[in-house]
Amino acid sequence: MRSIWTILLAFGLAAPLMAQDLGDAPPPVIDVETVEEEVGLTGSVTDDSDWEDLGIAIASFATDRNVSTPANANGTAALGREISRVVFSDLRNNGLFKPVGPDSLPRPTFQQITDPNWPSWTNRRAEMLVHGYVRTRGDGRLTVGCYLYDVALRDELARAGWVVPPGDWRRAAHKCADLVYSRLSGEDPFLDSRIAYIAETGPKDNRVKRLAIMDSDGANHRFITTGRSTALTPRYSPDYRQLLYLSYVDGNPRIYVYDIGTGRQTLVTQSTNPTFAPRWSPDGKWILYSMAVSGNTDIYRVSASGGPSVRLTNTPGIDIGGSYSPDGRRIVFESDRSGSQQIYVMDANGDNQRRLSFFGGRAATPEWSPRGDQIAFTHIAGNFRIAVMSPRGGGLRHLTNSWQDEGPTWAPNGRILQFFRTSRNSGTTALWQVDLTGRNERKLPTPVDASDPAWGPILP
Amino acid sequence: MNTRYATMILLVGAVALAGCKTKAPDVLPPSSTETPAPVVTETVQPSGPSLGSQAHFEDAVHGQNVIYFDTDRYNIDTPDAAALQTQAQYLARYPSINITVEGHCDERGTRDYNLALGERRANAAKNYLVSLGVDASRIRTVSYGKERPIALGSTQRAWAENRRAVTVVIS
Repeated sequence: MRSIWTILLAFGLAAPLMAQDLGDAPPPVIDVETVEEEVGLTGSVTDDSDWEDLGIAIASFATDRNVSTPANANGTAALGREISRVVFSDLRNNGLFKPVGPDSLPRPTFQQITDPNWPSWTNRRAEMLVHGYVRTRGDGRLTVGCYLYDVALRDELARAGWVVPPGDWRRAAHKCADLVYSRLSGEDPFLDSRIAYIAETGPKDNRVKRLAIMDSDGANHRFITTGRSTALTPRYSPDYRQLLYLSYVDGNPRIYVYDIGTGRQTLVTQSTNPTFAPRWSPDGKWILYSMAVSGNTDIYRVSASGGPSVRLTNTPGIDIGGSYSPDGRRIVFESDRSGSQQIYVMDANGDNQRRLSFFGGRAATPEWSPRGDQIAFTHIAGNFRIAVMSPRGGGLRHLTNSWQDEGPTWAPNGRILQFFRTSRNSGTTALWQVDLTGRNERKLPTPVDASDPAWGPILP
Repeated sequence: MNTRYATMILLVGAVALAGCKTKAPDVLPPSSTETPAPVVTETVQPSGPSLGSQAHFEDAVHGQNVIYFDTDRYNIDTPDAAALQTQAQYLARYPSINITVEGHCDERGTRDYNLALGERRANAAKNYLVSLGVDASRIRTVSYGKERPIALGSTQRAWAENRRAVTVVIS
């Protein structure tokens, strides 16, 4: 029995056996080509302290002539309106601005995209104006242009253009929203990105948990696994080509590397021990995972291209998780070596381990901000709350206060966090988002219950 | 309830066990309402669960196939030790029986940590059984973390019922 088990693990797991819980492979990420415009950035926001309250008008994107496109059954004119709606939703839903959308605004002509009808916008008390256009190219792809104007100055603040396949038209809209957000806030973009998470259905004692992916606004939703076996804790690779996640597909909790292009997956390590809590290094070259040997869990590092694993922790307690600093030199992780879950930091090779959290209660699931200036975690003291602290362990701030919020994941720009919220008694779960002020909290739309969000970086 | 767990284990384990000859999971003894009165009384066969079934094991250990833990703990206390002794006696009597020990946690923990804690609980039970003379190769462990609660409320009592290690017969 044991020997058969071993043989199966040694030879069987690499290939088709593993495919049994996988649905159709999603399409790989395609690079978006940025069109170089002749005019660079001009003007400036002299006072950005109240930028969140700016009146931004987002008008329908125009087209030079209405032609058919696979992106919209009604042609490029209708597509232009759809693109502007996505830009509007992006900026509104994230609580960043209070924009006015295309459905309540006049529709500019193609010529007005580069020469706005200023009096019309001044009369509407718009302070900022977003215009754009969409055109089909000879090769079937779309060119989308995006312009941000300061209405009072009657001046252009930013412009950019992108060439996308028709199926990726929403990405152009996200890039336009990112351009507006970045130009007005001074922050890095984050909207053109994706989220991996676990979709949950069924009663509390028999939950079906499927690996799923979606765009940052919930569009282009896809299930990766069929739900036949429990899937947990996904993480997108920095290049979006692979997903790490935990699956019970062989009856044991193990970490798999799922290749999005081929739809195939392999075990992160051939060891027969259970593995948990997979993480990528920021450059995608390393994978952290946690492995239990005779009940004792430690953190290991392995090259993303394979090879031997190196154990980074060596204590009798549970050492688990791990999140790299953006420069890849340090790892923040969770350990109960002191008697309860607390947050520790170490060098990337495992040296200099020391405790960071001294707040009372327990501290779990640390995630280093992509900006490097904060560590988000789950603070357990009565309620489970999303909190942040500095990388030296100071400056504790709670961002949420609900019965059970856990598992924060950072937006690519380190300004917003997602997490999942579990309801008392019912056990239902949902993805939520909160910004670093703690003021803008909202539930994300998902087709079914959702947990374990993992926000990827800005798309290539 | 526990029979269902055994069934789930057999199902999820089916891939790994594909090379082995596995016994179909037994069912609970038929309830009296469904069983027609026996007409022939000469050949009385005991209608109890058969050896190798989860029901047979649970009957033999008087339902002590589950042990319970305090919050965040994995130590074997006195009631746990007594339960594991009855399990060890059963395993000594039936050396062909192998088991899986499932480690579980309550919902009031984070996902990853609970997976590791469930593994630690399953191993604590396993190690105790091994100390009582059960061959380690007969005991498989698996952690379900907080993924498979048996008590569904969000109360101290429900959480106490969910912090458990369940011994399940696998062959």
